[in-house]
Amino acid sequence: MNARLTTAGKWLESRLGLVALIRPLVQHPVPANLGWAYVFGSATMTLFALQIVTGVCLAMVYVPAPDQAYESLLELNATTLGGVLRAIHNTSASGMILMLLIHMSQVFLWGAYKYPREMTWLVGVVLFLLTFGLGFSGQVLRWDQTAYWSVGVGASMAGRVPVLGPYLVDLLVGSPNIGAHTLSRFFSLHVFILPGLLVLFLVLHLYLVLKHGVSAPPVPGKLDNPATYHEEYEKELAKGQPFFPEAAGKDLIFCGLTLLTVLAVALWTGPDGPGEPPDPTLIQSNPRPDWYFLPLFALLALSPPEYETFIILVLPVVAILVLVLLPFVSGSGERAPSRRPVAVLTVLVFFVAYAVLGWLGYKSPWSPVMDAWSSDPVPFHLLEKRTPLELQGAVVLQNKQCRNCHALDGIGGQRGPDLTDVGTRLTRDQLRDQVTLGGSNMKSGNMPAYGDQLNPAEIEALVSFLTKMRPKGQAPARTPVTPR
Amino acid sequence: MSHPTEPATPVVHPFTQPPDRRTLLEYWFGWVLLGLSTVALAVPIVGYLLSPLLRRKQEAWVKLGAVDDFPRGETRIKDFANPDRTKLDGVTGRTAVYVRRVGPNEDGDFQVFAVNCAHLGCPVSWFPQAGLFMCPCHGGVYYKDGKRASGPPPRDLFKYSHRVENGQLEIWAGHLPTMYDDLREPPQPQVGGKRS
Repeated sequence: MNARLTTAGKWLESRLGLVALIRPLVQHPVPANLGWAYVFGSATMTLFALQIVTGVCLAMVYVPAPDQAYESLLELNATTLGGVLRAIHNTSASGMILMLLIHMSQVFLWGAYKYPREMTWLVGVVLFLLTFGLGFSGQVLRWDQTAYWSVGVGASMAGRVPVLGPYLVDLLVGSPNIGAHTLSRFFSLHVFILPGLLVLFLVLHLYLVLKHGVSAPPVPGKLDNPATYHEEYEKELAKGQPFFPEAAGKDLIFCGLTLLTVLAVALWTGPDGPGEPPDPTLIQSNPRPDWYFLPLFALLALSPPEYETFIILVLPVVAILVLVLLPFVSGSGERAPSRRPVAVLTVLVFFVAYAVLGWLGYKSPWSPVMDAWSSDPVPFHLLEKRTPLELQGAVVLQNKQCRNCHALDGIGGQRGPDLTDVGTRLTRDQLRDQVTLGGSNMKSGNMPAYGDQLNPAEIEALVSFLTKMRPKGQAPARTPVTPR
Repeated sequence: MSHPTEPATPVVHPFTQPPDRRTLLEYWFGWVLLGLSTVALAVPIVGYLLSPLLRRKQEAWVKLGAVDDFPRGETRIKDFANPDRTKLDGVTGRTAVYVRRVGPNEDGDFQVFAVNCAHLGCPVSWFPQAGLFMCPCHGGVYYKDGKRASGPPPRDLFKYSHRVENGQLEIWAGHLPTMYDDLREPPQPQVGGKRS
């Protein structure tokens, strides 16, 4: 039996020649003691494979037409395991982005992009852009209210390009309005164009990894010198081992754990949406992008209007340029992170900024809380021992939707300052000016003017109420002594 | 010939013979033919991809309702079917707008605003009590006349051209407004029609 199998195997190999082709690839020598830092590229690729498998499954039910896409998503959720597959696809997308960011950071910190792996890094930058493109286009395929307005936001950003803007919008949206041509365009991008390009560049990336070998772990003080590099690397390989099976264990373990985590998170969270139907006439919408675009979302809210077009159009180009130029600007020399404090700091600053902006984007303190005025009552302690006029002011405060932007006791909008102790900060006159003239009155401040919207009696009542807004025992704000 | 199971050393073919005239002719003719056919096919393919640029904008006057449906001094949300809608558009084939009939003491008759925030296109909500449009995305705020009040928007709300025909309010509609592609004026304003 055994002998027969061997004969059959030999026959197959004689006709296919696959073992001869693949063995040297999987057994390529790698340096010794690679450690766990080297597993993130494999994990990214594994999740991409999972994306292809689950994506193909989802495409069996999904209909990329705007009149049916939403219903087809509901149908998917109702199909046996359809919701689970949607959840896996969504979680795996998040995981892929996360692993990609960690992989890139590791390669950057270990100096693995330096000579002779510049092209591997550049191809990696392309893979990075394609992955984020897949993320955005995938969000659009989740054809709900958020998806609809996300396209609008994308189009508005493209529309800011001088001269070419309107043409870019037409190409992105595919028709004068978001509709049939829009969704099918994003479907084509997400299902054919971007994954096709990604596979192409991934093959190139892997080829380059094999061609140049896996970089040896950096040693402080040991410089990457193109003149002596290959000699040194050969010595490393002589001490090394074949990738398969000796060095592959860590990758296998980590990829397995990653897949299990994705499955667990997917089962726990369930499918993401779809949310409200993509009906553009239902404008009570609160569109938010998926987490990996929240930092950008926050940046767009926080940037001053005069720099915003620069931030939308020029900053991404500069960022990509920095990534592209990196291996040419610092293509040799020290590789160890302990000797490259600027590199470590860069990664640290990036992740802190990404997390902080992401958190801000999630909380969106700049957005009015649209229902605060009708759903959050004035705290009782702010109404105790108030005159009828002041109580009338509290009613004005609620009715005029001040709460949408101003919190009381921390409840309400965060766009403007909390008004619980505003009486200690502004005098009666200042309050009246602020309410009637808005932010234009002050050097700083962003408040709309309410002069047109309130009658004198309402203003008087509101200001009377606000001047009493101060903690027990605190004196009211006073006019500065210096003449204005 | 070596046995297939034994790894054969690849035979290096000497290729010493220079190609003859016929081979060369075939080679160059092949390139030219392939090039021409590629160009011929690229025309429809690239043209198809760029067709959104070539398509004429299907803009038109759209009716929003009888003038009397809009009380003076109030702002109402209305929606209409896009002039360029297709059968596949479904619910996305409609567009919402804010119609403000100006108060009795103000100039003009109507103002019709796109719901898209002039910042990045999210839908603004109208708050009649505060007299403000507020955007849920990045906190842009506009006054009732569409003027920017606060937040990141670089300009006022996008405004449609409008007219009143036979007691019906109509707007010139047809595309998603963006920064350099504002809502357009109708090509030839009709005589007798009112425009803002």
